[in-house]
Amino acid sequence: MSLTTDDVNKIAYLARLGINAQDTESYTANLSNMLNLVAEMSSVNTDNVAPMAHPFDTTQRLRPDQITEGNQRDNFQAIAPQVEEGLYLVPKVLD
Amino acid sequence: MTIHTKTLKQLSQDLQAGEYSSQELTQVYLTRIQQHSALNSFISVTETQAIASAKQADALLTAGNASLLTGIPMAHKDIFCTQGVKTSCGSKMLDNFIAPYNATVVDKFNAAGMISLGKLNMDEFAMGSSNETSFYGPAYNPWADNTVPGGSSGGSAAAVAARLIPAATGTDTGGSIRQPAAFCGITGLKPTYGRVSRYGMIAYASSLDQGGPMAQTAEDAALMLQTMAGFDAKDSTSSEQAVPDYSASLNDSLKGLKIGLPKEFFDEGLNNEMAAAIETAVNEYKKMGAEIIEVSMPNLKLATAAYYVIAPAECSANLQRMDGVRFGHRCDNPEDLNDLYIRSRGEGFGPEVKRRILVGTYALSAGYYDAYYIKAQKIRRLITEDFTKALETVDVIMGPVTPTPAFDIGEKTADPIEMYLADIYTIAVNLAGLPAMSVPAGFIDNKPVGLQIIGNYFAEAKLLNVAHQYQQVTNWHQQMPQGFE
Repeated sequence: MSLTTDDVNKIAYLARLGINAQDTESYTANLSNMLNLVAEMSSVNTDNVAPMAHPFDTTQRLRPDQITEGNQRDNFQAIAPQVEEGLYLVPKVLD
Repeated sequence: MTIHTKTLKQLSQDLQAGEYSSQELTQVYLTRIQQHSALNSFISVTETQAIASAKQADALLTAGNASLLTGIPMAHKDIFCTQGVKTSCGSKMLDNFIAPYNATVVDKFNAAGMISLGKLNMDEFAMGSSNETSFYGPAYNPWADNTVPGGSSGGSAAAVAARLIPAATGTDTGGSIRQPAAFCGITGLKPTYGRVSRYGMIAYASSLDQGGPMAQTAEDAALMLQTMAGFDAKDSTSSEQAVPDYSASLNDSLKGLKIGLPKEFFDEGLNNEMAAAIETAVNEYKKMGAEIIEVSMPNLKLATAAYYVIAPAECSANLQRMDGVRFGHRCDNPEDLNDLYIRSRGEGFGPEVKRRILVGTYALSAGYYDAYYIKAQKIRRLITEDFTKALETVDVIMGPVTPTPAFDIGEKTADPIEMYLADIYTIAVNLAGLPAMSVPAGFIDNKPVGLQIIGNYFAEAKLLNVAHQYQQVTNWHQQMPQGFE
């Protein structure tokens, strides 16, 4: 399986991941190699095998709907890049 | 006997007997950390907090209110959140991240009275097998010049091997406790998935990640695991199974123990000297009355392929939270929201993390999901069935941890695939969620060799027993790297 630099740029955009233009070629080669490694999987027939998402086939544990956490907004926002009046600031989304 | 060569058990006895104080002990290790800073095993050293905690521990010891581990220094892999202390996960992305809360594992060690001396170096976001992907530069293997300590818990392994701390925490997603333990000649245990809380342990691949102890001996690993293990309501995948007394069965006899050797572990990929070292170790078990049985795990060879779909897929989802908005690195002067995300992540992540996010994003994207992700999950089941079938006839499975001893810095960085393939013996265990240990079992060219012992679900006590008995008849685990004695 071989990817093109266009494929990699598209995947990088889906992941919102900046890649320097001069590195695109090497990421393309790396990713193609990884996909070749992964292609080994097709050597085994898995038609009647159920996918295993997790080491244990358990269901999500439920708990009573009670408040267990206090408000820690100030604590959490103390490490944020930019906040104002309790809000996280990002560049303008709507004009 | 100098203090720093002592095990947790010996340090505990000395502290309880008042041979020295926790403050004196803490100072011994802080001095060693400073003396051997060239190993680059620590990302942060928290001297002030350590001295304050040691003072409190001494008060408890004097009052007779101390527990077994009270006052003994240790350190955490920098993947565990430590309140008020930088928790970088080895990444530029979190270089400015002061964790606002403690991981459950950190809380548990604090409650036990252990003294954290700081945060240990690691591959960026635990993605790597050599500690070379760390934003802070590689940690070095104390056994040989210019040699990797393994990864991703490379700083933990290097620091324990050099006795800069008597024990440490690590995490293991594809071998990240066992492989560095093997490369550095220490004892490492990856518990059953769900045995140790993942709360506050920065997620890489959530269905594979598991924290565990890295120590000098199996006996010490038992003490560490006793503290770490147990149900945690804050982790939805935490097991409710009761935690046994891991020290109670250490001295059980191994007579009649059934050891499975998967023939796939000993094929052409394995270095001859490594094969010989493992055979010698297995012979020790024969002498102790164990029975050796060949087992077959035909799907083992697909573990690396399945892992490099599942782990990147989960990582691409987990690492979406690093977006430059709420914490971590943010780029300068973003033009718009997309630019903020793209540049913050582009600048904050290193190449290996980017490779895995890209592969994971691709594998999960429309049109490829079934071919990659679902296929990998089906293979995961086949591999798990290989293990469960083998473990119906044997008590433990043994083999090498790695195909070769530690490699040179830079030796495998040019070709990431070569690095991935070196994890062939450890990865399958994570896919199955089983517990496994790495135990020092000799040397090749003065570099340590690790014996891997894999057990059934929640059979950590059995693994520790099997490892401890080996350490009663061998002294590999007591060897010290030159210059660190």
